[in-house]
Amino acid sequence: MAALINVPSKARRGDIIEIRTLTSHIMETGFRHTADGKLVPRDIITSFICRYNGAEIFRADLFPAIAANPYLSFFTVAKESGKFEFEWIGDNGYSSTASASITVG
Amino acid sequence: MPTTRRQFLNLAGGMTVAGTVPIVTLRPLQATPAMLNAAIRNVVGEAQLRSGRIRLDIPPLVENGNTVPMTVSVASPMTADDHVKSIHVFNEKNPQPNIGNFYLGPSAGRAQVSTRIRLADTQKVVAIARLSDDTFWQVAADVVVTLAACTEEMN
Repeated sequence: MAALINVPSKARRGDIIEIRTLTSHIMETGFRHTADGKLVPRDIITSFICRYNGAEIFRADLFPAIAANPYLSFFTVAKESGKFEFEWIGDNGYSSTASASITVG
Repeated sequence: MPTTRRQFLNLAGGMTVAGTVPIVTLRPLQATPAMLNAAIRNVVGEAQLRSGRIRLDIPPLVENGNTVPMTVSVASPMTADDHVKSIHVFNEKNPQPNIGNFYLGPSAGRAQVSTRIRLADTQKVVAIARLSDDTFWQVAADVVVTLAACTEEMN
């Protein structure tokens, strides 16, 4: 699935940088009914992990109260050049990944 | 002045319309303040909840509960000795009380998380931060919601 990642491409060592992620997902709550009264089964992303050169720097547990197309923004200290890896895991075996690189001078 | 036929009919018509209005939509699935407390205790245990240090930015009035921007920030130096371990966000009246758990560490540099949430009703949102010394800090905000999310019918 499509994901939008916003990470600065360059940073100075020690800078605090913001990472913003947006992924497309319906985040069906499991509390809604169709017009004929059937419950729509839950289908959400349950967890999100961000790794910086392999080390986990941020993790989130998501619940049905997170809006569709989950948006997350958080911070990290730019310590070395390398790669950010993002992973979304959800119901019905859902899994999606994305990555972004950064040059730290 | 005697009531004319026209006035009488207007009045009667109005009452008929008013009589048909109260169609109550039942929403049995709703978290209660007790569920909110249980969810909070689940994270906090018996620890004391203090106020201060944590800040919750959320609009006080939202038109559409389907996507409400929210930012939680904690005043913390984010060093190895003194940092925020996790941030937990709860609600009072959605069908279930959790919104999200966010785990960070000293490498975050700044203890701040933003996301977009759903709110099924006008209610209280609570954010709790767990610090590295295992103290818990909380803040609450009231949000008025005019269009509810979560339980609406699908078209």
